[in-house]
Amino acid sequence: MKEFKPLPDLPPPVATTGFVGWLRENLFSSPLNSVMTLAVLYLLYTTLVPALDWAFFSAVFTGDDKTACEGITGACWTFVVNRIEIFTYGSYPATETWRLDICFLLLVLSFGPQFFEKFPYKLPLGVFSLTGFPVICYFLIAGGSFGLEHVETEKWGGLALTLMIAYVGIVAALPFGVVLALGRRSDMPVIRTFCIAFIELWRGVPLISVLFMSSVMLPLFLPEGVNFDKLLRALIGITMFQSAYMAEVIRGGLQAIPRGQYEAAQALGLSYWRMMGLIILPQALKLVIPGIVNTFIALFKDTTLVLIIGLLDILATVQAAITDPAWGAVATEGYVFAAACFWIFCFGMSRYSIKLEKKLHTGHKR
Amino acid sequence: MADPERTQSKTAIWNDPTFRSIAFQVIAAVLIVGSIWYLFDNTMTNMERRGITTGFGFLGETSGFGILMSLIEYDETHTYGRTFLVGLLNTLLVSFLGIIAATILGFILGVARLSHNWLIAKIATVYVEVLRNLPLLLQIFFWYIAVLQTLPHPRQSFNFADSFFLNARGFYVPGPVPESGFGIVMLLFFAAIVATVFLARWAHKRQDQTGQQFPVFWSGVGLIIVVPLVVFYLLGAPMSFDYPALRGFNFQGGITIIPELIALWLALTMYTAAFIGEIVRAGIQGVSHGQTEAAHALGLRHGPTLRLVIIPQAMRIIIPPLTSQYLNLAKNSSLATAIGYPDLVGVFMGTTLNQTGQAVEIVAMTMAVYLTMSLSISAFMNWFNKRMALVER
Repeated sequence: MKEFKPLPDLPPPVATTGFVGWLRENLFSSPLNSVMTLAVLYLLYTTLVPALDWAFFSAVFTGDDKTACEGITGACWTFVVNRIEIFTYGSYPATETWRLDICFLLLVLSFGPQFFEKFPYKLPLGVFSLTGFPVICYFLIAGGSFGLEHVETEKWGGLALTLMIAYVGIVAALPFGVVLALGRRSDMPVIRTFCIAFIELWRGVPLISVLFMSSVMLPLFLPEGVNFDKLLRALIGITMFQSAYMAEVIRGGLQAIPRGQYEAAQALGLSYWRMMGLIILPQALKLVIPGIVNTFIALFKDTTLVLIIGLLDILATVQAAITDPAWGAVATEGYVFAAACFWIFCFGMSRYSIKLEKKLHTGHKR
Repeated sequence: MADPERTQSKTAIWNDPTFRSIAFQVIAAVLIVGSIWYLFDNTMTNMERRGITTGFGFLGETSGFGILMSLIEYDETHTYGRTFLVGLLNTLLVSFLGIIAATILGFILGVARLSHNWLIAKIATVYVEVLRNLPLLLQIFFWYIAVLQTLPHPRQSFNFADSFFLNARGFYVPGPVPESGFGIVMLLFFAAIVATVFLARWAHKRQDQTGQQFPVFWSGVGLIIVVPLVVFYLLGAPMSFDYPALRGFNFQGGITIIPELIALWLALTMYTAAFIGEIVRAGIQGVSHGQTEAAHALGLRHGPTLRLVIIPQAMRIIIPPLTSQYLNLAKNSSLATAIGYPDLVGVFMGTTLNQTGQAVEIVAMTMAVYLTMSLSISAFMNWFNKRMALVER
């Protein structure tokens, strides 16, 4: 008896596997697609190659002044390298910048480990980054005690100021937003009306007019002699503005929690604040993490607006440096540097939110 | 037997929910009214001490400053009230231009991100991820200072067909000059739009009743575009163009688009388009594939499936966030102040406020404009949501 022996499988056609197959499937699947791919490739060739050449191959990185950049076709990164201290510290006294360095280091140490899954002390570190960290940084940066020289807020600037405004704004806007959102969904008409009016008022106007208002109107609102620091006024404006947006995001989460959760909590005899704190808010906040982080990102980007009322954040220092006649036309280099700083933080935040969302996405998994 | 002690159990008054609710509200109301009164009182005393008279009388005074760009007639001799109008119109102009361009670019980006072409999808992704993570103000500065201000002087301008010129002072385009008879064409154009609306309604009704379709789109195109065009040429083309020409050190004639407007428009468009692209992508992905299959199973071809099934459902998801992006764009246009484009905030809340010192009135008027915009948009949104909401059970 002859045993049936199947022939070995033929390999799939070369054109459907491997690199060639991938190309056919993703870039040349139809005549129209092929034309588009070729057009885009040509476009990339004509833009990306000169851009890379400008940024890296023909660029100058070393030197002390603009003579290093004379006669070159690429970017003059010498300018950024020479001005990096102003961009980072603003006009903070040069002998005291170690204080800002410690703050930067603390910032990295208290927020960095949160990105690592296995790090064991996340909760205590999180508490520290919300309580100890700002206090230490305030005493370090402002000085005036513990034998440190006092540094006025007018001298704060650069990336340090940007991060400071963003940190304070983020940390203050979240609790304000929660309170406003709860108020908006309250059963008490007076409180609800006030919260709705407050939220809609801030959401309805541009941030720049809020900042104008905080610098022009706040002195009018307050009695004679009471005077706020310019930085503090900007911080109040930004916090109020963003907490209104935060409130709307959190309201979205509150609305998504089914009534049964409220009723079950009440049936267990929990008080309003315990019900909210233990049952409703943990679920609601989890649902709207992407929205909350988007508000954080918006806040981070909006910190640039403080330059309009005369605070020297990183964009303002870049803006001032590129008009310096000691350097030639270095506007693009300056803006690219500032853009890179902002992009790293914003993109990092959005990636972290995606990660957190995936991690917390429990219960609905299939 | 019921225990009388139990049925009439006395709760302490501070544990009674009704009492607590009322007490909290009274306290809140007193605090709110008190602090508003405190601020108002302070403002009044402060203004009195600074010698600022309240009221809107200043709007009738002569302004005495010039404005870079104005859609209506304006010079130093006009009033402060006029500066408000000039600023408002400039804000509306850049918002309108930005909304149109951002919508087009955003829809292209949204579709491109879903493209089967890997290269195109990746480029759209990179665009979105880069542009929406950079501050808008930075982008405005980039376009204004790093790009537009480095353009050549008027004598070396970029020349497009001898009628469009681009240089560091702006973009010069030919201006249309209507001649007698052009009014008829415009009248016909608007009449055609009205006629098309009625035609569409009639066709819809007829299709509901008889099932017969009517080519509304093409007849509309014919009415709105072809008819006025034919009449335009029959009347002997009653319009000429005023071409810009280099005289001395600058261009004269035509329409000048100032670089501030171009920079603001470019930055607003590219920034908002990144957000709109994400909204469009989410909208298209939100319509489940079963809808397409069901439509095909009913015998609809690809075009009608898209037009009648997919797009209406995607629009239901897209329109609410889209309107809030439009509102954001209008509010973001106030960043114009930073590069000197004369918008409402820059002109009215900037120069006019500095000259008159009428902070309260001017801030209130400016905020009222933006609040009106945002409240009317949210009213529209509520109306739209109610109309479009799925009717279930």
